[in-house]
Amino acid sequence: MNKNIKIVLSVLLVVGLLVLPFLFKNYRVFQFNLVVIYAIAVLGLNMLTGFNGQISLGHGAFYAVGAYTAAVLMDKAGMPYWATLPFAGVVCFGFGFLMGFPALRLGGHYLALATYAFALAVPQLLKYKHIEGFTGGVQGIVLNKPEPPFSFRFLDQPLSADRWLYFFSLAIAALMFLLAWNLLRGRIGRALIAIRDHPIAATAMGVNLPVFKSMAFGVSAAFTGVAGALGAICVAFVSPDSFTVLLSITLLVGVVVGGLASIPGAIFGAAFIQFIPNIADEISKSAPWAIYGAVLIGLMYLMPSGVMGLIRTIGAKLRPAKASASARS
Amino acid sequence: MSKLLEARKLCAYYGATQVLFDVDFSLEPGQITAILGANGAGKTTTLRAICQMVRTSGSLEFNGQQITGKSTEGVVRLGVAHVPDGRGTFTALSVEDNLRLGAYVRGDKHQVAEDMEKAYKRFPRLAERRHQQAGTLSGGEQQMLAISRALMLRPKLLLLDEPSFGLAPLIVAEIFRIMRRINEEDGVSMLVVEQNASLALDLAHHAYLLETGVVALSGPAEDIKRDESVRRAYLGY
Amino acid sequence: MDAFLHQIFSGLANGCIYGSVALALVMIYQATHHINFAQGEMATFSTFIAWALINSGWPYWAAFFATVAISFLAGVLVQRIILRPVEKAPVLTNVIVFIGLLVIFNSLAGWIFEHTIKSFPSPFAQKGMLATSIFSAHELGSALVMLCVLAALYAFFKFTPVGLAMRAAAQNPESARLVGIRVSWMLAMGWGLAAAIGSVAGMMVAPVVYLDPNMMGGILLYGFAAALLGGIDNPGGAVLGGFIVGVLENLLGAYVIGTELKLSVALVMIVGILTLKPNGLFGKHVVTRV
Repeated sequence: MNKNIKIVLSVLLVVGLLVLPFLFKNYRVFQFNLVVIYAIAVLGLNMLTGFNGQISLGHGAFYAVGAYTAAVLMDKAGMPYWATLPFAGVVCFGFGFLMGFPALRLGGHYLALATYAFALAVPQLLKYKHIEGFTGGVQGIVLNKPEPPFSFRFLDQPLSADRWLYFFSLAIAALMFLLAWNLLRGRIGRALIAIRDHPIAATAMGVNLPVFKSMAFGVSAAFTGVAGALGAICVAFVSPDSFTVLLSITLLVGVVVGGLASIPGAIFGAAFIQFIPNIADEISKSAPWAIYGAVLIGLMYLMPSGVMGLIRTIGAKLRPAKASASARS
Repeated sequence: MSKLLEARKLCAYYGATQVLFDVDFSLEPGQITAILGANGAGKTTTLRAICQMVRTSGSLEFNGQQITGKSTEGVVRLGVAHVPDGRGTFTALSVEDNLRLGAYVRGDKHQVAEDMEKAYKRFPRLAERRHQQAGTLSGGEQQMLAISRALMLRPKLLLLDEPSFGLAPLIVAEIFRIMRRINEEDGVSMLVVEQNASLALDLAHHAYLLETGVVALSGPAEDIKRDESVRRAYLGY
Repeated sequence: MDAFLHQIFSGLANGCIYGSVALALVMIYQATHHINFAQGEMATFSTFIAWALINSGWPYWAAFFATVAISFLAGVLVQRIILRPVEKAPVLTNVIVFIGLLVIFNSLAGWIFEHTIKSFPSPFAQKGMLATSIFSAHELGSALVMLCVLAALYAFFKFTPVGLAMRAAAQNPESARLVGIRVSWMLAMGWGLAAAIGSVAGMMVAPVVYLDPNMMGGILLYGFAAALLGGIDNPGGAVLGGFIVGVLENLLGAYVIGTELKLSVALVMIVGILTLKPNGLFGKHVVTRV
């Protein structure tokens, strides 16, 4: 009985996601699109920080690298938008993997500090005048928003650019979530968690720590980089000041809200970081950030496992007959 | 005569693991009491339980006052000084600073100065090294420092965890001699945890024997020393 | 030659500020083994409080000392209320809470005091007998203020019983409890002192870089670099590290890479130190058993 309900719910979910953009105006669809993109970025960070315990306060930098890679390829090399994604992924993987090496010697707050410093320095680096030819300097790069490859009407709404990009992002997201799920549920996932919780024991049991940790950094960076590339495509604009340390903190908020070491949590986290500013902006320009701060601290006290932890706890309470092992991730 | 320290049905836990099971003991003022037993019997835990460094349940009364649930600092301020295993000296601070810290909670500056001179007289080696970093002292000297620091509190009860551990026999003998003098001259009550049973029984007036978290035996030290079967069965000599 | 000397002296003056921030970071690290990511934003918030007092008519030095006192109290309260519950939690939890504090202080500053850039007065007359072509009156004055603060702190820790107790509590909390020291209040005081130092640094820096919620962002980075350079558990090293970072920043900025990449210099320093010499120049190497 339970399995059938799951299948029905899943089908409903997929149908809902597909129909969604035609029920709303373009601007809303654009916002949903950003949620999807943030979900990929948050997932990337979660893989490193939640599953592997390496604290990164600088993932905004990888988002920026992915975004600029896509922008420069589209602007200077005339590459079609969809082709930039693998490049962004590979470039960011390289950066992340390289960062993994010094990160090996840094634990806990030192790594947080180094990544924080990195995030702080990124806007300055992007504005550097000697690479202005590529990066567009302070002005950044303006891109053309991709047009949908075919026309289509549903529920009396056309397939606009925003709607098309929504489907595009959704497809990429589905792919990446599947990839992450595959990676994390098997040996690799267990090794990552072992490294996070008992690094010395993990080494003693044959887990190659340096390789795993650097790979984790690389893959995590690649995910967030692909998200950045998607972001550049959908927003059709990159500039250095879009990628300050606040972006890194925003992604961290997404991870914390959704739940550390949770794949589906990334979606809740992304929705939170996309829509809270919209709502809270009404009150004051600073309100969203005050809320982020309160949420970060509050969740650490009350709900350290985020939304997914809450859902799991409620689910466990609703199924008292099933002997469920307590969730200790 | 009211008891200095009385424990009734004392249980102690490290996290979820219970280590002491309904332990009863009491200490008379002015006496030296020894806690004996093998490794893992719960001797150190008993001292930590008194200082509330581990979670306890049951009754623990010091001078008639319940101390379960108090903070460690709170118990210390009532007059309990603890020389932990490993000495617990502030290795980066000087010998003199260590002694000063021992008197941290006292307000009587002149008597503190007097007590410090007394400590130096009692342990001349400390006097020689008063400005030296405590971490550079030998094991025996650190033990002397640890005991002196504890005495700077002018405690009503002195807890000592394995004072002989890792020290050469001559130093141990000297330290135990001094401990006896401190008890006789200044009337400081002591609770000594020791693996070296014969040393402890020579020093103490009363002894308890712990075995996996319960009191297996208790009585005057003299009696236990003389009882051959007890010595062979429990104390290995 | 004058220009070069000016770079050096101004670098040293900046170095006082970086050194003070570094000192605040080291104090909290020594006591709690955590890095206070919110140090900069707390200092900025304090500076806003001073600005508000001055704006409502308070004389400069009255506002100055009131701000220092308020900041001390705020530091104590932050430790007691927000940090104590997560004292024993894993590092990640603490880092997240610190970032949360950073964000709250920054956004509260923006909310209450708005984002418009404000000017902040300097108590040292612009043209007076102290100004020369090598350093301005404010640079000299703020350097002296910071040095006074550092001297006062040194005296506090070396010669007072409470200072000794705080050092003991930081080095060996368990033994400190065994001599009756209330260790968690020592932690709170450490936070209070760190907040107070930060507020002085903020008030010394604001006249130069102007006051806005993001004022201390870059300076915090230099503070980190200075603290790491000197050894994250070495207060004297932090101060020395501050001077080195200050002078290097100026010299590299003026003669090597240009001023736009200054933050990257700090970044390279931080990553470099963490990778090559994590204990800094003067830190102690601690070996922990498995």
